Amino acid sequence: MMASSYNAKEEDGHHPGLVGSGGPGAVKSKKPDNTAFKQQRLPAWQPILTAGTVLPAFFMIGLIFIPIGIGLFVTSNNIKEFEIDYTGVDMSSPCYNCAQNYSWNSTSVCTCTVPFTLDQPFESNVFMYYGLSNFYQNHRRYVKSRDDSQLNGDKSSLLNPSKECEPYRTSDRKPIAPCGAIANSLFNDTLELFYIHPNGSKIGIHLVKTGIAWWTDKHVKFRNPGGSNNNLSVVFQDTSKPVNWRKAVYELDPADPENNGFVNEDLIVWMRTAALPTFRKLYRIIQKKKDTMTPTLPPGNYSLEVAYNYPVRSFDGRKRVILSTISWMGGKNPFLGIAYITVGSVCFFLGVVLLIIHHKYGNRNNNADIPN
Amino acid sequence: MTWTSPLTLFQRGWTRHRDQDRPIRKVVSNLPFEDLRKREQPNRQYEGNAIKTNKYRLWSFLPMNLFEQFHRLANIYFVGLAILNFIPVVNAFQPEVALIPICIILALTAVKDGWEDFRRYQTDQQLNNMPCFIFRRRLMCFVERRWKDVRVGDFVKVLSNEIIPADILLLHTSDPNGVCHMETANLDGETNLKQRKVVPGFSTLGEPFQPQTFDSTVVCENPNNNLNLFKGFIERPDKRRSGFGIDSLLLRGCTVRNTDDAAGIVVYAGHETKSMLNNNGPRYKRSKIERKMNTDVLFCVLLLFFMCLIGALGHAIWLETFSTMPSYIVPDSNGNYISSALAGFYMFFTMIILLQVMIPVSLYVSIELVKMGQIFFITQDAELYDQELDSRVQCRALNITEDLGQIQYVFSDKTGTLTENKMVFKRCTIMGTEYCHEENAARLAVINGGGNEEEEVTIYQKTKLPPLFPLEELQDDHTGHKNHANTQVAAASRRRSKVAAGAQSDMAFSSPLETVVVPDRKLMLEVDHQMASIQTGPYLDFFLALAICNTVVVSTLTAQRQRVKGRRNSSYSGSSSHNMGQWFKISSLQKFFSSMRFKRNRETMADPFAIDEDEPDTFHISSVSDSRPGQKVISSEGKDKRSLSRSEEVCYEAHSPDEAALIHAAKAYGFTMVERTPRYVTVKLPNETLLKFEVLDVLTFDSTRRRMSIIVRHPHTNEIIMYTKGADSAVMEKLGNVFSVESAAKRIAVRTQKDLDMYARDGLRTLCFAKKVISEQEFKAWFTSRQEALSAIDEKEERLMETANDIENNLTLLGATGIEDRLQENVPETIQALRRAGMQVWVLTGDKPETAVNIAYSCKLLDHEDLVFTFTTNKKSVCKMRLEDTLSEVRRTWGGLGLDPQFRGYNSTFTGPLMEPSIGLVIDGPTLNMALSEDLVEQFVELCKHCRAVLCCRVTPLQKSSVVKVIRQKLRVMTLAVGDGANDVNMIQAADVGIGVSGQEGMQAVMASDFAITRFKHLQRLLLVHGHWCYSRLANMVIYFFYKNVAYVNLLFWYQFFCGFSGTAMIDYWLMIFFNLFFTSAPPIMFGIMDKEVSDSTLLSLPELYRRGQHSEGYRRSTFWIAILDAFYQSLVCFFIPYWTYNDSDIGIFSFGTPMNTVSLFTIILHLAIEIKSWTVVHWVIMVGSVLVYFILTLAYSAICISCNPPSDPYWIMHKQMADPMFYLVCVLTTVVALLPRYTLRVLKGTLAPSLHLRARQLERLPSSCREQQIREWRGFRDTCISASLSSTACPSA
Repeated sequence: MMASSYNAKEEDGHHPGLVGSGGPGAVKSKKPDNTAFKQQRLPAWQPILTAGTVLPAFFMIGLIFIPIGIGLFVTSNNIKEFEIDYTGVDMSSPCYNCAQNYSWNSTSVCTCTVPFTLDQPFESNVFMYYGLSNFYQNHRRYVKSRDDSQLNGDKSSLLNPSKECEPYRTSDRKPIAPCGAIANSLFNDTLELFYIHPNGSKIGIHLVKTGIAWWTDKHVKFRNPGGSNNNLSVVFQDTSKPVNWRKAVYELDPADPENNGFVNEDLIVWMRTAALPTFRKLYRIIQKKKDTMTPTLPPGNYSLEVAYNYPVRSFDGRKRVILSTISWMGGKNPFLGIAYITVGSVCFFLGVVLLIIHHKYGNRNNNADIPN
Repeated sequence: MTWTSPLTLFQRGWTRHRDQDRPIRKVVSNLPFEDLRKREQPNRQYEGNAIKTNKYRLWSFLPMNLFEQFHRLANIYFVGLAILNFIPVVNAFQPEVALIPICIILALTAVKDGWEDFRRYQTDQQLNNMPCFIFRRRLMCFVERRWKDVRVGDFVKVLSNEIIPADILLLHTSDPNGVCHMETANLDGETNLKQRKVVPGFSTLGEPFQPQTFDSTVVCENPNNNLNLFKGFIERPDKRRSGFGIDSLLLRGCTVRNTDDAAGIVVYAGHETKSMLNNNGPRYKRSKIERKMNTDVLFCVLLLFFMCLIGALGHAIWLETFSTMPSYIVPDSNGNYISSALAGFYMFFTMIILLQVMIPVSLYVSIELVKMGQIFFITQDAELYDQELDSRVQCRALNITEDLGQIQYVFSDKTGTLTENKMVFKRCTIMGTEYCHEENAARLAVINGGGNEEEEVTIYQKTKLPPLFPLEELQDDHTGHKNHANTQVAAASRRRSKVAAGAQSDMAFSSPLETVVVPDRKLMLEVDHQMASIQTGPYLDFFLALAICNTVVVSTLTAQRQRVKGRRNSSYSGSSSHNMGQWFKISSLQKFFSSMRFKRNRETMADPFAIDEDEPDTFHISSVSDSRPGQKVISSEGKDKRSLSRSEEVCYEAHSPDEAALIHAAKAYGFTMVERTPRYVTVKLPNETLLKFEVLDVLTFDSTRRRMSIIVRHPHTNEIIMYTKGADSAVMEKLGNVFSVESAAKRIAVRTQKDLDMYARDGLRTLCFAKKVISEQEFKAWFTSRQEALSAIDEKEERLMETANDIENNLTLLGATGIEDRLQENVPETIQALRRAGMQVWVLTGDKPETAVNIAYSCKLLDHEDLVFTFTTNKKSVCKMRLEDTLSEVRRTWGGLGLDPQFRGYNSTFTGPLMEPSIGLVIDGPTLNMALSEDLVEQFVELCKHCRAVLCCRVTPLQKSSVVKVIRQKLRVMTLAVGDGANDVNMIQAADVGIGVSGQEGMQAVMASDFAITRFKHLQRLLLVHGHWCYSRLANMVIYFFYKNVAYVNLLFWYQFFCGFSGTAMIDYWLMIFFNLFFTSAPPIMFGIMDKEVSDSTLLSLPELYRRGQHSEGYRRSTFWIAILDAFYQSLVCFFIPYWTYNDSDIGIFSFGTPMNTVSLFTIILHLAIEIKSWTVVHWVIMVGSVLVYFILTLAYSAICISCNPPSDPYWIMHKQMADPMFYLVCVLTTVVALLPRYTLRVLKGTLAPSLHLRARQLERLPSSCREQQIREWRGFRDTCISASLSSTACPSA
């Protein structure tokens, strides 16, 4: 196919045709322009899918995917993860009593202590998640039940929240801040971690509560109303707390004004609704110790103290605490590595099959050719 | 598209209703009532002349346009969804945002409609404000007014070359004979002049017209769209009536020619004129693919229903599992929870909103766009451009391009379609003596066979070579006094004439080939002898019949001059045909007409020279070449003044090429018709004497009688003579005394019949000429009955025909002529190619069987080895018997081969050589009528299925269409009809695809057609290349569209299983809109317009490839379901790989949706990439561009949307994801897994069982010499060895 040059700008919709004032050469005929585009003669690449042509592609995919898969698998295996279910469904569970008695309305705090043992040391930063199962944070009406403008510090939305927040929009004729079902169902268990020293002493582990939310969420998307006004109780004075909350939004972290009100990171994390009914959310970070010699969490006995506030029994939910180290690929997940290895192998196998087909097919043709 | 607003419809309905009470229209002069108020005007209930074709007014545009748009089901669907979204318990998205898609579609359509309407408005204004002359009583003269001021009952004067503003009953002309000529090219495309007569009794010779004295009442029929029928009478105050017909009506939009001025009373104005009533919009046909697609859309609806049902049930069941409501189930605003059953019911509607994309509403818009693109490329094809006519292929139906790729039966007209329809007088037989015109034949042989076009042209340019510039100078001389616009027009005309100058032959019926007839020496002597001796005799009668028994109009050169001047007007007149809404078509047609006119013009001017050269002795080749059109323009311009003075120089405006050929033949023998008026025909005899015949009556040609007659009074003998000409059977059956014993007449008849048979065998068109001398009494008696018939209003046609039959009997045979109609170029090749493409070609012609069979052999429709059955009988029983016999014989033959003819084509082509006994069927009109009758039609159709070629002769237009209809309905096949004349219109409209050949016989066929071509050979490329392309492109695109929507929407569906069937979308709604609007819309459209699986040259050399479309292999139900299944698989992959990757992680909803959106974009784009067969720059740009646009738009959107679209507000989500390596790993893996099956299957199929098309594509890779050899082998053997050798050599490269 001859490659005549094509200039899209020149040809598209432009009618050439000499529009001179009528010299002998100015024949304005309706003859279509003989351009590659209009005559559909543009130079073209015409791939034909046959075994011979695509063989390299299959082998290539195989050769690339298998190493990636192995890499992912190894990385995932190197991630240490420890999971403690403290829902308290079993009679034997330390939180059984709390789970049985608890509802949103109870005023007393039920605490339980879950002991656990780490067999391996956790190096570098350890991320502490709480995990919920069977919690449909992705229910459509639940997802909608929030007011982003209010959370963004908009004064008018603060006092007049979006209708989407119904029925958690007002309480006692005061607007709820933050309004909506998501905020209302904020995860409110308090988790504390203690290292049980072999000598029996209980050493509290420092849990960092900032840095768990997205930077953009904390600094851009979520803002307290009133700008730099540090006196949040004044700012929120005309609002009421969500019905399920024990304390108002400006009391979430009274110690740290940067982590109080709407910019409280626990709130922010909760407000980023999970995609799937089984999910975890970052709760705290256990910073790596300054002296690099000792691991962040050395092996040994630990205890998890839970202020058991959050009811999950109604929906058969589970509550977990997950301790995990983190790699470039995030948390522990062997799936992707296995998938890559599988797909790579399949491709490689297909490549071999195609090679055989190609080989046989080619031979057959050649043989058929000769007698003729 | 003539659209009428409901308001006007109502008004019209009202007036029509009133009109129905009085089935006739009465019009009286407006003049006595000129000063009265409108209420008191007598003609007030009739419409004015102002036209309004625009649908909307400024204030009503929005509501009316919306009203219009909501007629479309798709839009209603959209609106329904949007409304659903406003119901709080049901809504899935922000209600306001849900309005966006419908708003975008409505807005785009509204802008398009508005623009078109504005253009229509502009033209209307232009037309309404054109000047015309209306008589005013107060001023007692015609004053210039605008067209819109014309009312019914006004008297309007039209000057020469002006356009007629309304339908006017002709009451006066400047012509002493009360005649006015009119050109109807704007109306029907016919370029010959039509003669109009003043209403009988009103031709006040020479006197000035005095409208104020008009005191009669015009009574005529109500407005209708029949251009050829009009009747009524004028009733004078004394109750005297004089009738009139269509030949007294000047039609709006036509141009007055050759007449200084014409005046009359307006009977129809504005929208009630015949031209406006004839203005139908573009034809809307639904293509086969579209019909199929619509059923598949229904499947989608079903699928959607089931998915919504699953969602609803799922939600209800899910809710049932909770004993107490968990905190994530939000109660309504009162804090109550609705029952799970009700919630499930609501959820059904929410699901409909969520999954609405399942029904590919955008498919319809995209198909329209794709078809526009396809039409663009078809019309741009340089191979389908005709240099002679300067015309491209025209696509008049905008939405059946892909039907061109599925044709199974081709019905073709013969004359003008297979043949040139340029009649050349070849031979004649007079009184039983044959004159073979050897010299003429020799001359034609030189022209036709002696050299190809180019040689000819060069010869002519050598022999006569005035440089080109004098042409310009002369033209400028003529146009110098006119304004600038005129000069430009003249320049354009110059260009045209030069374009045509290079061409071999010309449009009109008077190209030199036809005009120049070399007389036969023997016959010439005979004529001279009779001329000299007795001044009468059969030979003279024969030529007189040739000269006067026709409807040819003589126009003088003076008139032609004026027509050139009229160019400026014609540019208006073109737009006055009101074919609005089809702008580009109009302009092209208009140009086409004007170019036609110009060529005619040039030729007719050239005529004097043709006459000069008619002396047989001086004739030699170079003199023919002198008369080449191109040069003739120059010379005739130069000698213009001279030729003006020679007033006897004439040119003929013939209705049909046969007439032109005959009249020129008569001229060659010295019998020149110099003038024709309604009353007289003047013929110049060879001895230069003029014979002025008084015309007593003309019995015009019709397709039932198949003959015409003219009754004249001989000026010398005062005898009343009737000359009749017609098809041989039509004349022979009316001969008197043939069956008597009297031998002379019988002998002549027998010998003439023998000659006629010979002519027919040679493929000549035959016409018989006869004469009858009528006695005065007989004529008088007949004439009164004729007059009665003429003035009748009811059954006028039938009565006229009866009277004609009464007089046309006892004829004396004079002789017969044989006229050749040459085959068009490449007709045999085209027919062969169409055959090999699996199409059955039928020829339907009005000609006699012998001629038709002959043509059929010469165009390879029939082969000499074919078994040809001929059916001609008058008895139904015979017909039935023959049918049964033939059928059983055929069945035996086929049965022996054990093949079902229905499936022979596709497989046998490649399974091996097969000696198929080919059967041809020749059937004539009367027999066809019987065969198509209820009880025989099944057998006939069955027989036709077995026939390779069917030839129907002597069929009427109605039969043509009924044949097409029967085949189309009984066999359920795609039919195509191609024809060039008015007699093919029925057939063209009956077929699935109608193709008009713009040729010699006006434009009716083109007007009725879906596609218009200029040569029969173009059919090959149009069907095999463009049809094939359009079909496979559109089929692939439609399939892809279904796939695309299902694949995308299913992502949302799978998610429902993980969100409690609550109707959550994990993709931001805006991004979903963008996804369909920007990211994935352009590639399929480009795919539908530009994909090219096999190149045109291969398609042409391997017509077998066409069969895929015939068998609808590109788009079957199975193809659809495979695509849907693939979509389900891919959506499962696209959902579950990210799901397993992100399960039990801290990912948010919209962060989870982002990789899915990206993955499905990649999958959808790359899926298309697998389907695209040839990648050009455009493909790359659009494919890569789509992906880039996706990332740019999504990044930009998520960079700014902090709280713009609650609840999703995808602020920084995309950025966050793109910073995560997992995102890329997921995207790559998912895309590969999603596409792996399709890709692998494609590869396996391509390797193990390559389709015909794939092999053809492999062929294209071979070097050209090798390729040709392969194709030859392929054709020769059609077996497997070819595929073997093929793939051994093919594709060494990747």
